[in-house]
Amino acid sequence: MNILCAGINHRTARLDVRERFAVAPEEAPALLCDLRSVEGVSGAVVLSTCNRVEIYASSLCPVRALDGFREILSARTGMEAPLYHHDTPHAVRHLFRVASGLDSMVIGETEILGQVKKAYSVASEAGTATRTMHKLFQHAFRVAKSVRTETQITSGPTSVGSVAVELAEKIFGDLRHLRVLMLGAGEISERTARSLQSRGVRSTVVSNRTYERAAQLAAEIGGMAIHFDHWDKAVADADILISSTNADGRLVTPEKLAPVMKGRGERSLFVIDLAVPRDADPAINDMEGVFLHDVDSLQQIAAESLVIRQREVERCESLIESHVGGFMKWLQSLHDPERQR
Amino acid sequence: MERAALIGSSLCYLFALGHTLFSLFKGRFRPGRFNVAAVAAGAGLQGWYLTLLGSQLHACPIRTLPQVLVFLGWSMALFYLAIGTSYRLSLMGAFTAPVVLLLQVAAVFIPAGKIDPVRGVDPWIETHASLSLVAYGALGLSCIAGLMYLVQERQLKSRRPSAIFHDLPPVTTLAVTVRRLLVAGFVVLTIGFAAGFLARTPIPKVKICFSALIWLLYAGLLADSLSGRLGNRRTAQGAMLVFLLALLLLPVIQRLSTLG
Repeated sequence: MNILCAGINHRTARLDVRERFAVAPEEAPALLCDLRSVEGVSGAVVLSTCNRVEIYASSLCPVRALDGFREILSARTGMEAPLYHHDTPHAVRHLFRVASGLDSMVIGETEILGQVKKAYSVASEAGTATRTMHKLFQHAFRVAKSVRTETQITSGPTSVGSVAVELAEKIFGDLRHLRVLMLGAGEISERTARSLQSRGVRSTVVSNRTYERAAQLAAEIGGMAIHFDHWDKAVADADILISSTNADGRLVTPEKLAPVMKGRGERSLFVIDLAVPRDADPAINDMEGVFLHDVDSLQQIAAESLVIRQREVERCESLIESHVGGFMKWLQSLHDPERQR
Repeated sequence: MERAALIGSSLCYLFALGHTLFSLFKGRFRPGRFNVAAVAAGAGLQGWYLTLLGSQLHACPIRTLPQVLVFLGWSMALFYLAIGTSYRLSLMGAFTAPVVLLLQVAAVFIPAGKIDPVRGVDPWIETHASLSLVAYGALGLSCIAGLMYLVQERQLKSRRPSAIFHDLPPVTTLAVTVRRLLVAGFVVLTIGFAAGFLARTPIPKVKICFSALIWLLYAGLLADSLSGRLGNRRTAQGAMLVFLLALLLLPVIQRLSTLG
């Protein structure tokens, strides 16, 4: 029995191509049945995410199976399928790498494991997952878990938004009761605010020199707009201040924050300065209860996480290699007449 | 038998410390059950040691400095177990285990000195002594939480936080923990202190003065902290300084009491 993997991903196909090949959840069962009807194919699983569409199949004749897959996909999309393909044991290794996040755009991302699990469960429900496929995917989940726990491949946040979220969590713990104040309505600050909102912050207030822009962004992100002249009063209620204005001088200074900090008891203030040139005076970081991070420090933390992840790839690969060996032994034992008996 | 229990508990704390150092070094510390289990086993064996000793002495086993140190370590371990899960401070084990281990090692190597003879059991003096040590267990943990607060605050203010940053709890949680432990420790300390005044056995004046000094320092620290006059950082520093002072004064008090 061979394991075959065929597909496209973010490295081999542009987004507009991937969009055409993407498989919606409601289309998956029918496609799985079509794939299994290809001559020589006993089982199939389809993994469709924003970065990849891949078919994993157990087959006695991989060449014929691959031709069949190409025909089916071309008929669905109306274009020739630019598929890459792997045979045993490379297909096994590929699945283990995909499930572990090593083949992802951001190395070590963990969302992919949930997507692989979902793809497997859809195939199981559709009845297209054979014993070999069951064993393969169960093994892939074990590999992903051990890669995650035994290495630092998922270590640290990797984008400005996720760094800001992690720092906020390390200052406040639960983010659900926090208030965010945005000064300026830049793109990065909007993304950062959205990252914080995704963790459930209580409210977001937007203040911009142009009130209309503040109102527009506030409407988009479900916040509230205030006039720019009032931001220094609003900061008294805020826990997180995201600043990205085009101000000429320093906007957030120790002199402005000192009375604010006096009146807020033990509540900390996290200042995220995304402006270049900077809006916040670095001296505010020396004030008790004030934590300042600018775009440089956020990017540096993200870059360090990526470096740590990159360094771990080799360890992950060797871990995966030992698991591929283990799976191949099991696969070969299926053909071993002694074992069969 | 009691010696075996003491060595066994030291080994448990050593395991907890070794496991934490190993996982921190490997960069994959996860707050897990191992530390809690090791500290629980250590505390259990310490409790067994103290029970055996207590039944031999027919009194609370805090008559020599080594016994006091073991009792103190046991109180700290119990408070760690009590607050560990509720505050999700599992890394606290990383800081608690070495402190308890240090107290334990000191207890093994410090000469026992003169043992106070048991002149009939005075329940108030027993209450006073044991509650004071339990209070110091909580105050010792507030010292550890204070240290963790200062480390995490420094990490958050730096532009390049190190690996330990990911493993320490949020500063806000640590600040709350420091205050709660200070309150818990201070309340128990006050009850213990009051029990001392009800005792029939005369307590050396020097002991009363030193105890009053520590009580006043904690009272001042708590009053300033709870009224908002002291910020989180100063409260954490205060919790550390007063406890270290108390720890330094403990042998002095013990020595002066036996002289008196």
